Amino acid sequence: MARTHTLDVPVEAAPGRARKWIQILRRAPIIPLVIILLFVGTAVFADLLTSHSPTKVQLPKRLRPPAWTPKGDWTYTIGTDTLGRDLMTRIIYGARVSLVVVGLTLGLGGGLGLVLGLLAGYHGGRLDSFLMRAADITMAFPIILFAILLVAILGGGMFNVVVSIGVVLWARYARVIRGEVLSLMQRDFIARARVNGCSDWRIIAVHLFPNVLNTLMVLLSLQVGWLIIVESSLSFLGAGIPPPTPSWGSMIAEGRDYITRAWWVSLFPGLAIALTVLAFNLFGDWLRDTLDPRQRQV
Amino acid sequence: MQRYVLRRLGQAILALFILSILIFVLVRLTGDPTLLLLPEDATAADIRRLQHALGLDKSWPVQYWIFVSNAVQGDFGHSIKGQIPVGDVIKERLPHSLRLGAASLVITVIIALPLGVLAAVNKDTMLDTIAKIIAVLGQSLPMFWVGIVLIQIFAVYLRLLPSGGTGGLAHYILPAFTLGWWLVAGIMRLLRSSLLEVLDTEFIKLARIKGLSDGRVIWKHALRNALIPVVTLGGIYMAILITAAILVETVFAWPGIGRLVYESIVFRDFPVVQAVVLMTAGFVICTSLVVDILYAYLDPRIRYQ
Repeated sequence: MARTHTLDVPVEAAPGRARKWIQILRRAPIIPLVIILLFVGTAVFADLLTSHSPTKVQLPKRLRPPAWTPKGDWTYTIGTDTLGRDLMTRIIYGARVSLVVVGLTLGLGGGLGLVLGLLAGYHGGRLDSFLMRAADITMAFPIILFAILLVAILGGGMFNVVVSIGVVLWARYARVIRGEVLSLMQRDFIARARVNGCSDWRIIAVHLFPNVLNTLMVLLSLQVGWLIIVESSLSFLGAGIPPPTPSWGSMIAEGRDYITRAWWVSLFPGLAIALTVLAFNLFGDWLRDTLDPRQRQV
Repeated sequence: MQRYVLRRLGQAILALFILSILIFVLVRLTGDPTLLLLPEDATAADIRRLQHALGLDKSWPVQYWIFVSNAVQGDFGHSIKGQIPVGDVIKERLPHSLRLGAASLVITVIIALPLGVLAAVNKDTMLDTIAKIIAVLGQSLPMFWVGIVLIQIFAVYLRLLPSGGTGGLAHYILPAFTLGWWLVAGIMRLLRSSLLEVLDTEFIKLARIKGLSDGRVIWKHALRNALIPVVTLGGIYMAILITAAILVETVFAWPGIGRLVYESIVFRDFPVVQAVVLMTAGFVICTSLVVDILYAYLDPRIRYQ
């Protein structure tokens, strides 16, 4: 055998999946990313950030103005609400409520959409057309209206909110995932796996699932902003998270009757919603632009 | 094309059917409405008599049939709160919502169309950036909060505009603007990107080579094509407008259908909730159907899905 000369070329292994994500994220817009991390951090570490209680009623201290105004004081940084609770604390705990609700809803909707999309794409045939027809019908229901009705009839509470949104949300994800699966099925490695005797479940779980995960994650992250607005809209109308649990939407509703003399009660929760949703939307836009410029649109 | 239309029509009817069953079942699952209607010391005999009068002692399929056949004739029962027929309540509130919707549409067209075109034509300039900021804010700021802040600024501090209710032109400005901002955002962004795509096509280049002025090229030729996706988006937005109207009407105390939904939920006025939800969802389903068919007509590719 002839001896071959090895070239002195450094060989780099292609980065793994996690590494690729970190490389992409390095080019992400900073301010939205920081706000998002702030939001998540506040939600997770709420107890550590503030010593006040978000739900304990203190009527003598109600409607105190923010600290920088003449009558304010620094124990209540941005004032107190209609029942004397510190506004800053309620906003911090409200972040937790928003995060949990959005997380659970995306989990439910995304999970359902993932499973049904995988099944529909893989098996095809009658199952596929049945599921897709169900998805189309589901997408015809206006979410907020449906959620309001469900909550009005079954009562409020986190479970009902999550279920009523999640139950309508799965349809869009299922459609997209099914499309992905259909195109993946054309590829060789699925055929090879079948020839090798892979069971259906194994193909779905080991081969298809990791490959659609990317698309699913992007889809989910694009919806976070909108979901926060839906949850706060429902809470504002009284059809979402019931008091005394602090939800940014219901806090705005509470402050509505007092906008003439206590402008801060409604303003600051709304600011919190606005900043968070803005950050998620900007981040989502950037994500969509980087990953597939052709999808750049509304 | 016909098969697509029939298929979508069938889906829409099925959706309406499922929706009506869903509403029907949900309302009845929450317990006996007679208990809400009677005073606390009602005897069992009284309860049974009211049940019989309301037709609640019949089996569910029979009740459903009565519900549907009445509904189709326009009889949705009586409002628990006002004791007047639900149909009358709706007839009184609907025109106000329609007027608000029309006002928002006017604002949207006046602002979004020129802004979208100018943003596309002056891409990446200051004007484009401003337009993009307006759009992103419109889609990120919660509508009900924007309404409240606007009331604080214009009605409370500046005392320029009324803070709620309906009346003259001044009453329309704030609510229509609040509702419209979100609409403007979406439509303007779509128009901008759609126009950018169209301006890149061959036939526009041909028009320019032919010597047509920029004005004619943009406003007459390019815009017409760019508007197609925008119009279909507008159709979709009609549906979303209804749910958005709930929020805006509540904030501005506007006597429309949206606020009716809110009030009847708070008051647990089930006949009204049933009827309004059925109506609005039905409207949404119909608009989606029309939009889909229109889109299939304009863009043959999606008929083959």
